[in-house]
Amino acid sequence: MTAIAENPSTGTLPRRRGIFPRPTKTTGALSWLTTVDHKKIGIMYGIGALIFFVVGGLEALLIRAQLATPNGEVLSADLYNQVFTMHGLTMIFFVVMPLGAAFINYLLPLQLGARDVAFPRINAVSLWIWVVAGLFVYSSFFFEGAPNGSWVSYFPQALVGPDPAGNLASDAVAIQQSRMLFYSMGLQIAGVASLASAVNFVTTVLNMRAPGMTLMRMPVFSWMSFVTAFLLLFAMPVIGIALWQMMFQIRFAGPFFDPLNGGDPVLWEHMFWLFGHPEVYIMILPAFGIVSEILPVFSRKPLFGYSAIVFSGIAIGFLGWGVWAHHMFTAGLGPVADSAFGIATMLIAVPTGIKIFNWLGTMWGGQIRFTTPMLFAIGLVSMFTIGGLSGVTHSLVPHDTQQHDTYYVVAHFHYVLFGGALFGLFGGIYFWFPKAFGRLLNERIGKLHFWSMLIGFNLTFAPMHLLGLNGMPRRYYTYADGMGWNFWNAVVSIGSLVIALSFAIFVINIIVSRNNPPAGADPWDARSVEWLTSSPPPVHNFDDIPVISDNDELWYRKYASTSDEDAPVRVAAGGSDDENPGGPYGDRVSGKTAKELGIHMPDPSWFPLLLSLGLPIAAYGVFFEDRITMTAFFAVGGILTFGSMLGWALEPSAEEDH
Amino acid sequence: MSTVDAAEHGAADHGHATNLGMSNEKLGMWTFIGSECLFFGAMIATYLLYLNRTNGGLTAFDVFDIPFTSASTFILLMSSLGMVLALDALHKRDMRGFQTWTLATAVMGMVFLAGQKYEFAFFVEEGFKLETSPFSVSFFMLTGFHGIHVTVGVVMLVILWALSLRGGITADKHTETVELVGLYWHFVDIVWIVIFTVIYLIPVG
Ligand code: HEM
Ligand SMILES: [Cu+2]
Repeated sequence: MTAIAENPSTGTLPRRRGIFPRPTKTTGALSWLTTVDHKKIGIMYGIGALIFFVVGGLEALLIRAQLATPNGEVLSADLYNQVFTMHGLTMIFFVVMPLGAAFINYLLPLQLGARDVAFPRINAVSLWIWVVAGLFVYSSFFFEGAPNGSWVSYFPQALVGPDPAGNLASDAVAIQQSRMLFYSMGLQIAGVASLASAVNFVTTVLNMRAPGMTLMRMPVFSWMSFVTAFLLLFAMPVIGIALWQMMFQIRFAGPFFDPLNGGDPVLWEHMFWLFGHPEVYIMILPAFGIVSEILPVFSRKPLFGYSAIVFSGIAIGFLGWGVWAHHMFTAGLGPVADSAFGIATMLIAVPTGIKIFNWLGTMWGGQIRFTTPMLFAIGLVSMFTIGGLSGVTHSLVPHDTQQHDTYYVVAHFHYVLFGGALFGLFGGIYFWFPKAFGRLLNERIGKLHFWSMLIGFNLTFAPMHLLGLNGMPRRYYTYADGMGWNFWNAVVSIGSLVIALSFAIFVINIIVSRNNPPAGADPWDARSVEWLTSSPPPVHNFDDIPVISDNDELWYRKYASTSDEDAPVRVAAGGSDDENPGGPYGDRVSGKTAKELGIHMPDPSWFPLLLSLGLPIAAYGVFFEDRITMTAFFAVGGILTFGSMLGWALEPSAEEDH
Repeated sequence: MSTVDAAEHGAADHGHATNLGMSNEKLGMWTFIGSECLFFGAMIATYLLYLNRTNGGLTAFDVFDIPFTSASTFILLMSSLGMVLALDALHKRDMRGFQTWTLATAVMGMVFLAGQKYEFAFFVEEGFKLETSPFSVSFFMLTGFHGIHVTVGVVMLVILWALSLRGGITADKHTETVELVGLYWHFVDIVWIVIFTVIYLIPVG
């Protein structure tokens, strides 16, 4: 195989013509649609996720407008259900997961010293399938309305709607079923994207590391991406099956979950949470990886307890499979199961705690620089700890029985997901923005962004603990006056406006920062090899693949220390000096194209985009009772998808064209 | 398929070998197969859970025709042998043998699928349908998804066969492509051994 790669034009095959001319453009709009460059794909994931963040955020504002006062009348009960369900789906599947994917895509090859991921075109497929999945789910608003069964979509509610008694009119049931089909098919499509990414990232980490980069020399972000990829690899098929079962139940009356026909709604809960709990680690681990990169740089110290952090990440990955039923303490599994899962849940707090203390140890005694990325990283460490602590309180079964399905749980998961994952991801945006776009974001505005987000976040979610403990249930569209909930609900709604404001500040920051001076290769004085190459990196990432000899490879090349007490001394290793605006290693990138350097990069292709378009078309077919229409949609979608696969397999590389 | 490999490999293998010494494609296939284990595992678990929930409809004892399914199982297992022989022929640069065995493997897969189609049609006629009971729907889903996997395998085999007729498959370049298809094919067969045991043998024993 390798021989072919090195010499692609010696094939004895008759020269084949592709259906389309193989795209060769590397700039302009078309180049983005056909790109297989992991950096462009990462950037598109990021932009897409931020757009969805705005949409999900507007939904959150609607929820808070409705709940700001008792007996609110902004949304009807029906609309409220749709809005909070779409909010949850959006934030989880179309914001936090893809933001994580954005960083993994962009950084993994750079941190490993590779030129791209293992399967660049499959990477593009993942991106486009994810995009069409989002559009597919949102297209529900143009039909019978959006999914309304919450992101967990328990049965039998998912089948008959929120008001079975009043809804048995066949029209109402049909509406409900159309909505939940958007849920099952939409997430199914998104899951295909995640699975493809998982295979890709696992292979990349195992196979594409630069010479000298042993597993235990990988940057922690790469490690956490690796664990995340494994979680995706094993969690996606489980939810995939559950979603198929849901589809068969809703559309073909196959009684998987319908208790009237012998089905078991608790099976859905098991399947959902067997995916759902690993899913929460899928969302948080990339952010853990990000802060593990940021903290050492701005503390000017190596990461404290590298191997402890790596192994606790792996431990979280394993234990995460054995705690799912802590979401089902009120489902009546019995005292033995409840105790076992309660204890397992307490156990999982241990590796999480190890990470927290290692981060504190990293900052301890360091020369801390409070830059924006650092602030966000510290924000994660502190806010996530609060969320982790309320998580541990859920592990006490009697306690959880009391607080299950109240706002206390809502407070918990926003502290871990927003205070944890999103703070980390925003920190990552500030940290790697100069790498991706060549310019630093404005520090002043960045700090304003951080503080307004921190304040808004706590105003919004801290009072939810109190509301929950006072008995306010989640997912109710309104509440009566005189329950003692008015004051804190008003505070929460004001807090949500502050968060909206903080995001506006972030957008302003991006706009004003576009004229900042070039940042250079290594603006933060960082430690890992993605800072070795120019900002933004060339298509081929590195002119020469770096040879790795240390955990903090770049730091090791930049500084030598004579003894432990001495301050590290800068050494001139590998070339030029500090006068080089590209940083000490800016000159490692010659400015030549891959071709001039004789590096063969994969060619762009139309097929990933085309392939993904087939999936939603086939999925729309499921909605039609009429066999012929249904089959027609399946056929068109199937031909598009499988035809693209075939075209892809036979596509000539651009070099063979001339 | 050489061009695929060239394109996908360019970034990967150029200059230095992979860390594990195994190609990305093969490692990716193994990774994917790991994921498939949970895909089938989730369906098998559901099936076992619902084994006795027949809603008064037909049960496992009523519907399954063990001798018939044993025969089609035998054919599917033999197709794994066909796959091995096809790869072996390619190693020996015996293109005629390769074509024969690839086609034979695909045909055995098709026979299996035809048997499944017949079985499904027969069950439906007997009143054993998707909506009959949790048991029936779990059965159709598990065997149906397995059938889809076999179909994908058959399609890949037929493509290999058709390409090889035009001289598009050579031992130098495509041994690994064939190996990958083989890996997938053997996996689908092994899954069937598990399914056959769980569905057809356990309820009877
Ligand atoms: C110290 C670690 C953690 C523990 C002990 C823990 C424990 C729990 C428990 C027991 C529940 C169920 C509460 C109930 O519904 O009654 C829960 C809910 C939840 N947790 Fe955690 N958790 C932890 C970390 C996380 C992390 C890292 C995330 C995500 C980044 C997360 C996200 C969620 C979500 C989304 C829910 C609510 C699911 C729903 O019902 O909609 N948790 N947690
Ligand atoms: Cu959980």
